[in-house]
Amino acid sequence: MALAKITSVSGRAVTVPGNDIDTDRIIPARFMKCVTFDGLGEFLFYDVRKNADGTDRVHPLNDARFKGATILISGANFGCGSSREHAPQAIQKYGFKAVIAENFAEIFFGNSVTLGIPCACAKREDIAKISAAIEKDPQTEVVIDVAKQEIRFGGQTIPATFRETARDALVNGRWDAIGELLDGIPAVKETAKKLPYLAA
Amino acid sequence: MPKSLFEKVWSAHTARTLANGQTQLIIGTHLIHEVTSPQAFGMLRDLGLKVLMPHRTFATVDHIVPTDQLVEPYSDPLAQAMMDELRKNCAEFGITFFDRATGKQGIVHIVGPEQGITQPGTTIACGDSHTSTHGAFGAIAFGIGTSQVRDVLATQTMALGALKVRRIQVNGKLRPGVYAKDVILHIIRVLGVNGGTGYAYEYAGSVFDGFTMEERMTVCNMSIEGGARAGYVNPDETTFAYLKGRPYSPKGADWDAAVTRWKSFASDPGCRYDDVVKIDAADIAPTVTWGINPGQGISIAESIPDPTKTTSVDEKAGIEEALAYMKLKPGAPIKGTKINVAFLGSCTNGRLSDFQEVAKYIKGRKVAPGIKAIAVPGSQIVALQCEKLGLDKILSEAGFEWRAAGCSMCLAMNPDKLIGDQLCASSSNRNFKGRQGSTTGRTLLMSPVMVAAAAVTGSVADAREVFAVN
Ligand code: SF4
Repeated sequence: MALAKITSVSGRAVTVPGNDIDTDRIIPARFMKCVTFDGLGEFLFYDVRKNADGTDRVHPLNDARFKGATILISGANFGCGSSREHAPQAIQKYGFKAVIAENFAEIFFGNSVTLGIPCACAKREDIAKISAAIEKDPQTEVVIDVAKQEIRFGGQTIPATFRETARDALVNGRWDAIGELLDGIPAVKETAKKLPYLAA
Repeated sequence: MPKSLFEKVWSAHTARTLANGQTQLIIGTHLIHEVTSPQAFGMLRDLGLKVLMPHRTFATVDHIVPTDQLVEPYSDPLAQAMMDELRKNCAEFGITFFDRATGKQGIVHIVGPEQGITQPGTTIACGDSHTSTHGAFGAIAFGIGTSQVRDVLATQTMALGALKVRRIQVNGKLRPGVYAKDVILHIIRVLGVNGGTGYAYEYAGSVFDGFTMEERMTVCNMSIEGGARAGYVNPDETTFAYLKGRPYSPKGADWDAAVTRWKSFASDPGCRYDDVVKIDAADIAPTVTWGINPGQGISIAESIPDPTKTTSVDEKAGIEEALAYMKLKPGAPIKGTKINVAFLGSCTNGRLSDFQEVAKYIKGRKVAPGIKAIAVPGSQIVALQCEKLGLDKILSEAGFEWRAAGCSMCLAMNPDKLIGDQLCASSSNRNFKGRQGSTTGRTLLMSPVMVAAAAVTGSVADAREVFAVN
């Protein structure tokens, strides 16, 4: 399976501020009553974005200036909570191609990489610089350079980290492991022979 | 060289190293449920793939099942659709399904152990973050996303980087009225909700040595709330005694061989840990959360934090956000906070011993007027065990509704939900905003006996006083 080599992602960005934004916030559990991921995008951040009657609340994603943004910016421990892949799926289906945060919850990070969504970690003060730049000019193009491990915007450059295995997987088009895992089945069968509980 | 259980299990299950340096790790036991598996089966079909080892995947239904309606079709058509989809997928791919009709249905993390499927020295994965529960048996158990569910179905493996291991040693004696739930809430409070990032937690020390399997499961269950990817306890005689005679446990001569093998996986004395944390059991008190993440907990004797009293900008913002949502007053004692709902259940505290302990104290007492109280056994087997002992009667007479098995109000994907900004004393594991089904609903996490004390008094209370525990 040939996958795209994700060496960089660029586009306009929007900041959803806050630390510990959990997966229940990203996609409330009631929207997980589905048998496909299609259509999840419209429920991204639903309960903080919408009133009970479905009208819009004040939220960065409802701010007309940031409509069409493809990079999501947030705080520390982004994506904590459950292992639900519905969270990065909703982010991707909404139209985001990458996320920048101080750091990410483990499972969310892994799930995102598998979907080809780079999760860039940057220092708080650096993230504040991006947020300030896009606040000043929402048209600012933000470039997440996965290969070079940096983020460029409005003439500034800040360092970013991706975790080496993830960076490697993204830039080499190996972010979805299924192809490689299937290739390994002979090795799996060999090792499985030494694990008695796997016997049929 | 002495090795930790984590290292031994990891190396026994390593099929090969992948190009990016990750391990192709064999997942010996795969558990699935209705919420995170249908899309994975969809992906399999799209790619034209089969399930490699159908006999190593086990399914049950837990999140969406109503606990007050046993007859299908369910009143929620979406829930019924998910149920039908799981049934169809299991039939098509030859997977064992503990459906309601089998009498073995329940929360996936309760079903695995009670069937004897969860065993020491194994790797387990499930598209559910509380898979860490199974670590109580000395298994390495991971919560995974749906794409990985697909990977495990198709290849019985997943791609993963090795974790560091932190040994958390709790020594000494727990004070009366302090439970396993308090131990883990305390650990999360001390180490933080992301303190475990990059780690597997090895729980040890005299407290864990003395714990029953159910208590060990309660702690391992919430490893994820502490940010750890997995959590485990080394297997010992308690583990083997629990497993003996269960449906999927090895039998006869196989049993002895299995026990020998299981023992060999336990961490060797003197093995290296990436970190060691020591906690004195006497420092742990009955703990209650006041905020919107499980690390925002205090002992029952403490007051709700005051944002003006902290020097950390982050902490201040965190407290302010939590208090605004929770509608709680800074500096006020948590004790006495009025509740509206009491929930007993979940994969953290929905096992026989949890209901036994509550029944012991609540017998002859009554839930305070106006409080909605529900008790939801974690599995059909737990329900039956409780009913045989008459615990359901004791709970019902006290004013708890005795329901059918499922996740229920832990995350309220079924009809059991908070209404408006109701405040719920809950034995579950997450207090995130909106977690219990209402976007303004509020959750206080605590042990089952503390939930019972709150139910009886109508407000957060010290169970040791309410029930004269000493
Ligand atoms: S009981 Fe709660 S935490 Fe456990 S599996 Fe069900 S929903 Fe998840």
